Amino acid sequence: MLEAQVFQRLGDFTLDTSLTVPAEGVTALFGRSGSGKSSLIRLIAGLGAPEAGTIRLGDTWLVDTQRRRWVPPHRRQLGVVFQEARLFPHYSVRGNLRYGMPRAARTDFDDLVELLGIGHLLSRTPGRLSGGEARRVAIGRALLSRPRMLLMDEPLTGLDGARKQELLRYIRRLARDTGVPILFVSHDTREIGALADRVALIEEGRVLASGPVDEMFARLDLGPRTGRFEASSLLEARIVAHDEALCLTRLALPGVIEGETLSVARLDGAVGDAVRLRLRARDVGVASTQTPPLPDVACLPATLREIGDEAHGPFVEVMLDVGGQALRARLTREAVGQMGLYAGQALQARLRSVTISRHDVIVT
Amino acid sequence: MLTPLEWEALTLSLRVSGVAVAAILLPGLGMAYVLARFDFPGKALVDGIVHLPLVLPPVVVGYLLLVSLGRQGSLGQWLHETLGVSLPFTWQGAALAGAVMAFPLLVRAVRLSLESVDRKLEEAARTLGASRWKTFLTVTLPLILPGILTGGVLAFARSLSEFGATITFAANIPGETRTLPLALYSLVQTPGKEAAAARLCVISVVVALIALVASEWLARRARRRLEGRHA
Repeated sequence: MLEAQVFQRLGDFTLDTSLTVPAEGVTALFGRSGSGKSSLIRLIAGLGAPEAGTIRLGDTWLVDTQRRRWVPPHRRQLGVVFQEARLFPHYSVRGNLRYGMPRAARTDFDDLVELLGIGHLLSRTPGRLSGGEARRVAIGRALLSRPRMLLMDEPLTGLDGARKQELLRYIRRLARDTGVPILFVSHDTREIGALADRVALIEEGRVLASGPVDEMFARLDLGPRTGRFEASSLLEARIVAHDEALCLTRLALPGVIEGETLSVARLDGAVGDAVRLRLRARDVGVASTQTPPLPDVACLPATLREIGDEAHGPFVEVMLDVGGQALRARLTREAVGQMGLYAGQALQARLRSVTISRHDVIVT
Repeated sequence: MLTPLEWEALTLSLRVSGVAVAAILLPGLGMAYVLARFDFPGKALVDGIVHLPLVLPPVVVGYLLLVSLGRQGSLGQWLHETLGVSLPFTWQGAALAGAVMAFPLLVRAVRLSLESVDRKLEEAARTLGASRWKTFLTVTLPLILPGILTGGVLAFARSLSEFGATITFAANIPGETRTLPLALYSLVQTPGKEAAAARLCVISVVVALIALVASEWLARRARRRLEGRHA
């Protein structure tokens, strides 16, 4: 577990916050650019020193300004993947990977190279790698230094959609297979939805809230910060069938009766695999339980948990409970009035299949 | 092909310049590092003193060396009494004169390449477990190698062509301090030696050209390695 409590002034910007990162899984540090997330990462990595504060990794004190303790970066045992890959141009890919590798990690080399799919690049020089390849090598290099935690500072920036998707899959696999906890900095809710187990929200140099990713996505009060239009919920589901002829995959949500499946474009996973779905609030509607089914529209039994308290504007966000998972929906204020919605009401959550793109579903 | 006198002047020149460059390589690297990476009070003054030989008449530099390192100079007296070393009028003195004159050129070249090194790469090395010193040796030094080569050759050439400071501090002693430029100067002063002077001229040009071409080749090779066209 990493615990940081730091204070630092940078010009007229002040970073004054605390952050806790658990010793397993992927924790996302989410914030707009200029919110202080990169500065915080630099302090944790030891590339800067806070004016005041403490940073503790497990039972090792990395920083304690009161006791004048500051461990230099090369003794922190933290792997860092920077926004730019920062590969050494004068070493081959193999040389880069081995740069921080202790003797004991030699046995990891082949496995990691295979996991990251960089075996064919080993004798190349970094100048001849594509953006995605360079990031993967940088991740491998950081991991081979046997870090106790991996810090990633927006490692997907500047990659195109397909490369980003591919790298996301590699990072997910890493988190699962290597067991190294990851602190992942991002300003992209989609990346976070795909990767994170926990989210810490940082704004103006202060971590405002943190918690499990589905909870954080669902919290209405964070709407204005995560961007209301992109507001979405994360749901866990399971692949129950593929329909090869129609190129569809059927997903079932836990706690939802058999038969009420969600159809999405054919996925790569096998039947029984767990998936994580990101559903945008603006794509979710509600209907009364008596409404007949419509083709192409999934109807999930839901309970209305909470109606957003926006006093003005055309839209209202409501929070639904679907088999125990939180699902937010965005409605017009007009509809809320006409339907006479109230908390505790049984409803149908309605979702058109075509609104769920491949990018919104991650097989885990 | 070469007369014994020409051969003597040429080998002496190469030895004097070689020793001069070898002697300033490490101090030059250190000075360049300090000037490129640190801010401290009096930095402008240090920078100015390092670059002084570039703008001072070389004779002034030679004279200052003579005053401080001659038998009567305080430093020279100390050197003579404690170490038994006397620099004026020796080839080592000529090398010192060349070193002082070449120092700013070396520092300049290394400093420029140090300033162009991406500090982010050094940060990455630190997070990978490399100490400051290991980072310097494995990342910074290889990256500034082209600059060191260029600066070294530039310093060598400057030392080779050194005249004013050498003749003032080390005089013009055949076989001891009579380097190529000094030998040429002596021949020009002697009536009827025009042909011999012309030969020395050609030798000087050839040596300088070889140095320049070699430095260009080495620097290009080093750069190519950095850009990764070769594995």
